[in-house]
Amino acid sequence: MAKRAAPEVNAGSMADIAFLLLIFFLVTTTIPKDQGLNRKLPPIEENDEDVIIKQKNIFTVLLNGKDQLLVEDELMDVKDLRQNAVNFLDNNGDGSCDYCQGAQDPASSDNPDKAIISLKNERETSYKAYITVQNELVAAYNELRNRRALEIGPAQGFRDMNFVEMQKNYKDARFNGNKTKLKEVIDQIKVEIPQKLSEVQN
Amino acid sequence: MSKFKKDGGKEIPPVNTAALPDIVFMLLFFFMVVTVMREDSLIIENQLPNADQVEKLDKKNPVSYIYIGKPSKGYEKYGTEAIIQLNDRPADVRDVTAFVNAERAALREELIPFLTIGMKVDKEATMGIVGDVKQELRKVNALKINYTTGNGVALDNL
Repeated sequence: MAKRAAPEVNAGSMADIAFLLLIFFLVTTTIPKDQGLNRKLPPIEENDEDVIIKQKNIFTVLLNGKDQLLVEDELMDVKDLRQNAVNFLDNNGDGSCDYCQGAQDPASSDNPDKAIISLKNERETSYKAYITVQNELVAAYNELRNRRALEIGPAQGFRDMNFVEMQKNYKDARFNGNKTKLKEVIDQIKVEIPQKLSEVQN
Repeated sequence: MSKFKKDGGKEIPPVNTAALPDIVFMLLFFFMVVTVMREDSLIIENQLPNADQVEKLDKKNPVSYIYIGKPSKGYEKYGTEAIIQLNDRPADVRDVTAFVNAERAALREELIPFLTIGMKVDKEATMGIVGDVKQELRKVNALKINYTTGNGVALDNL
């Protein structure tokens, strides 16, 4: 028998097979959304010791059932919440905070360590309004922390890096810098401007 | 000028589709890389709100999701108010405790304190049910939570 060349395999249906697989993956998978606002819930404690906090150190934010925002007993637009929260945290009423640039209003908070933001919502409040307010309050803290990071960062060798970027770099495995030093800077800022955001349970 | 005249009977040659499988495979690989398998099939509406101060969820730590939202089309038997969904089923607020314990039991012991609860709550849900879930989570000492959101301008939510 004479040798014959093997006939070429027909690849015409390759596209169909690939389409089939593609459609299968399109249907069974989702693009993951793994980001959000991290929060820590307060543990349930038995001791009912009342801690006395001066009224001027509390920044009350109330979100009512109609999604209206009441800040320090005054109606406010969500747009203005961030700046007001920054002003409150940065006030430095007793002059003990040397990195604050606030107005030193004696009727507002003493220092960032004592300042507490209290958030209260009602059962009828919509979730989107709640998230918006949470976001603005976190933004206020981040704004102050970023400012502080730009002040103390360069001395530690982290030039032009704000707090949010510092945290991102710290988590990033590809970051080639001194991570222990970075952690120290992050912790220092966290101590200087602690996030004291309390939610009223109802 | 007959040089420029078209030959009468000749037909247009067919488009070469030899590269089509390559293109489709390219798309296929793209989707295989950027997506993950669906974990739960949702029976509720789940339009997440936007926020711009987001942090990435640490993938090293285990995450369990709690979904809250209105029952979607075809599931009207569960009512029109926002409900909780755990795994593939609608659930009651009381089931949250059991859910968290079951999720913990499935983890290695050293990872248990790092369990994060991802709250995927529909934009239009009310805080009442969210507050109830939070209270239940406090009871089982699952205190690390994450409000999963999209990335966008928060003020556009309203």
